[in-house]
Amino acid sequence: MKPFDYAAPASLDEATRAGARAATRFIAGGTTLVDLMKLEVETPEHLVDLNPLADRDPSLGTVSELPNGGLRIGALARMSDVAWATPVKERYPVLSQALLLAASGQIRNMASMAGNLLQRTRCPYFRDTATACNKRDPGSGCSAMQGFNRSHAILGTSERCIATHPSDPAVALVALGASVRVRGPGAQPSAERTMPIASLHLVPGTHPERETVLEPGEVITAIDVPPLPFARRSLYLKVRDRASYAFALASAAVALDVANGTIRAARVALGGVATKPWRSTAAEQALIGKRATAAAFRAAADAALRGAVPHRDNAFKVELARRTLVRALTEVSA
Amino acid sequence: MSDASRVTGHAAAPSVGTPLNRVDGRLKVTGGAKYAAEFAVPNVAYGVIVTSTIAKGRVQRMDTAAAERAPGVLAVLTPRNAPRLPRQQAGSGGGPALRVPTILQDDAVHYNGQPIGLVIADTFEHATAAANLVKTEYAEERAELDVNTAPHAPSEATHPVGNSRRHSQRGDTAKGLAEAEVKVEHTYTTPFENHNPMEPHNTQAVWDGDKLTLYDSTQGIFSVRNSVARSFGIPPENVRVVSYFTGGGFGSKGGPWSHVFLAAMAAKRVSRPVKLVLTRRQMFGPSGGRAHTSQQITLGAKKDGTLTVVRHLTTATTSTLEDFLESSGMLTRMLYESPNIETNHELVRMNVGSPTFMRAPGESTGSFALESAMDELAVALGMDPVELRLKNYAEKDPESGKAWSSKSLRECYRVGAERFGWSKRSPKARSMADGRWLVGYGMATATYPARQTPASCLARILPDGKALVRAGSQEIGCGTYTIMAQVAADALGLPVDRVRFELGDTDMPPTPPSVGSMTASSTGPAVNAAAVAARQKLVRMAIADSASPLHGALEDDVRAVDGRLSLGSDASKGETFEAVIARNGGQPVEARVDLKPTPDQQQYSMHSFGAVFTEVRVDRDLGLIRVPRVVAAYGGGKILNVKTATSQMIGGIVWGISQALLEETHIDHRSGRYVNADLAEYHVPVNADIGSIDVTFVPEDDAHINPIGAKGVGEIPIVGVAASIANAVYHATGKRIRDLPITLDKLLT
Repeated sequence: MKPFDYAAPASLDEATRAGARAATRFIAGGTTLVDLMKLEVETPEHLVDLNPLADRDPSLGTVSELPNGGLRIGALARMSDVAWATPVKERYPVLSQALLLAASGQIRNMASMAGNLLQRTRCPYFRDTATACNKRDPGSGCSAMQGFNRSHAILGTSERCIATHPSDPAVALVALGASVRVRGPGAQPSAERTMPIASLHLVPGTHPERETVLEPGEVITAIDVPPLPFARRSLYLKVRDRASYAFALASAAVALDVANGTIRAARVALGGVATKPWRSTAAEQALIGKRATAAAFRAAADAALRGAVPHRDNAFKVELARRTLVRALTEVSA
Repeated sequence: MSDASRVTGHAAAPSVGTPLNRVDGRLKVTGGAKYAAEFAVPNVAYGVIVTSTIAKGRVQRMDTAAAERAPGVLAVLTPRNAPRLPRQQAGSGGGPALRVPTILQDDAVHYNGQPIGLVIADTFEHATAAANLVKTEYAEERAELDVNTAPHAPSEATHPVGNSRRHSQRGDTAKGLAEAEVKVEHTYTTPFENHNPMEPHNTQAVWDGDKLTLYDSTQGIFSVRNSVARSFGIPPENVRVVSYFTGGGFGSKGGPWSHVFLAAMAAKRVSRPVKLVLTRRQMFGPSGGRAHTSQQITLGAKKDGTLTVVRHLTTATTSTLEDFLESSGMLTRMLYESPNIETNHELVRMNVGSPTFMRAPGESTGSFALESAMDELAVALGMDPVELRLKNYAEKDPESGKAWSSKSLRECYRVGAERFGWSKRSPKARSMADGRWLVGYGMATATYPARQTPASCLARILPDGKALVRAGSQEIGCGTYTIMAQVAADALGLPVDRVRFELGDTDMPPTPPSVGSMTASSTGPAVNAAAVAARQKLVRMAIADSASPLHGALEDDVRAVDGRLSLGSDASKGETFEAVIARNGGQPVEARVDLKPTPDQQQYSMHSFGAVFTEVRVDRDLGLIRVPRVVAAYGGGKILNVKTATSQMIGGIVWGISQALLEETHIDHRSGRYVNADLAEYHVPVNADIGSIDVTFVPEDDAHINPIGAKGVGEIPIVGVAASIANAVYHATGKRIRDLPITLDKLLT
């Protein structure tokens, strides 16, 4: 680990100003950042600790009701707290499940919700500074492309990067159509903006080092989940090598609005197979208006995986993701 | 052997065999058990190893200027400036596997991740930060990284397995093949694996003049002492190795790896004690692992199942440094009766870290191949897998022709099958289901050699009626402190809570390393013998003492029970240990015994046996595999403590599940880089992966193996588990997976 200095600002204004400096990272739960600092994949010179802000403004760390019937999840809320919050469990089971299937109990108790959205890939080459990686060291090349890539993405990839986005909750949130509230340095209100999570993350393209649209100093303050009554019937299915404490080989976040056997509305997102939390509107369109049958689910899965680009070790993910989605849709409509 | 030495004490209620709680349990759960890196050594400095980032070539230049200027740095050792040791390849010719460490004596790089430098600083953090500042330039050469094309090592270079040859031939393979009515022939592969004990390898080195003390996490304090002494050109008695607790080793800590020599070298250079703890990444490569194997098995049988031929051809990987052989074919030489049995082992050299012993070396990988093939033969014959094994039951060792010292395998099959409910198995594959889960039952045989090697022990009866018993040995988590106290207590005639057993210091009597299931069966008899000898001295003291109620008694008539000597013919006549000692000078009564295996053992073939039955459930669409239950039965001779032994079996079975379904070290085929070198990506089971595990020890009285009748049970529980699961997966799905681990992608197609 490289030496760094540490600041605990007293206000969001201070935090965003401090965070805008070069070689600076925000720290919340630290469950990704500290690991990566030990590996010297992250080498910040300054750490800006956001945790004390929740002491001054408790809404930053809690779940609250929105006037429109949705929920606001404070950016510093811990994964465990959100997973067990009654309104989340009742109204958005897909999110509660995604949170509980992520990481371990200890990590969930530390990790923040916004930090989870921003966690870095588990690509082993990204995490090993002795190997080339376009995401870590732009232009150095991609070791995964021709290397060991069993865990890598098949959707949203580019010639430069096939790293999988590792978050489970982000997949649920993108299915739910959630947005993030972002605060940047500078005077309010121009410093505030809101964007759908679907627009927060970037596919790698020619710049895999750019993972989100956040500008230096910008910090997520909350995640807003819109009202979605049919999400009471929603589900997160995660398929992985062992029964717990592993990243998804494929996962599916689904919600279905079924009346008299016909699908009126659908939400579909995939995890473990894409370079960003992957909502599939093509799959949703394939479902809407159809009878909730195995054939419809298979057609939706085909639509979701259309254009998938497999590599040497991850070709199985195309079929696995299809079957995972079919299983999730079957279970949620049962 | 005399009657006196066979008796494990006179205790009215022997401790051996009872499920005594670990005597070190409280220390362990309260953090009081001191592991090597936890010894508080004054003025200790910290070493961090710099490793190579290429797989083969030479270190051309190391720029250490920035590291040397970094805060707290005391020294940076490189191949250029490191002290030259008297022995160029320090461990060569010694240690358990003819270990060849890489300790900066030359600039050659043999694998990616090899130690090529060492930074020593005042704190761990300073040393770590500075190690990352070292910049290395290499002259890179083409590395051998493909198991299929790597060159074969010449056979004469291969170090043998024990005293066995790489090739064996019984009868005539061609004749057996010609006689076969049913034949199966397949190739099975097992991957690279790394041990990853919870406690990483670590050492603290402290010099006092030309005397060296090492606090080391090891399975073999005497191997460490001898290897290090030889490398530094000092007498073994100048090196003291201390290791009271080792947080798992599983074979990887059988002898010293490079870091031990480097710590000693560094401590000498900076004239301060040095602590060196490997990182988790450094547990992949520089500290051993399981070789990759490719095993072709050919089985031929008559229609009634009689094996006419068994052939087992293994190709295992090794490094370019050593000739360690994963001896997968050894069990095939003795497990089933057949007139024609052939085994062979080939080694291929790759630019990877040296392989070494890993739980049940040979048997673990070999049983996956042989026992999968036996299942395939049972399918081909339309025979029940247990029946096929009984049909070819070896009544004596097929290789040596010797009688078994004991063998309870028939009973293991019977007990295991009954407890499992094997009779409920529908014979056809893919014929049992529970909703979306396909259900499969599988089984396999387990075996592992039982060995005794020379071991010494000192037993001392103290004037207060307690006893102190010492033998070098190691506690690697198996319960050595506990079972040795039990053995000693029974032999002394003392309650176990009055016996203190000490281990883990080369100043104590020498014992074998804690490897190869040898501790219970080697150190155990030595402890027994020393305790018996001390007791006999005390008895003779009492008999010779005119003031003793036992004066003039026949030695054979004197019993020692609960700290009291008394007449067997009249228990009311006697006195306490303390009373005898008090009247006879008040000094401890002690005996040291150096025990060797008796020639009697040469008459017998000595092995443990077992049978493993598993149920698996496979999600019919997603390929998820669950193992809700494992039922296993073993004959392991006398079980000294059924509680610690059962824990060993459960641990070994869990590892077998891991081997079957999860574990694999991925090495980049271009760079030789260990790709998944952390515990997030190198998968071992979590609690949620493990269902019910039912272990039974069938009673086994082995009169030949050693005076306490224990075979040792450390290795056998991993054996057969992977095959049993693979066979169950076949039974559930109709898919035969011959390449470990059985991950879900292999079941999707």
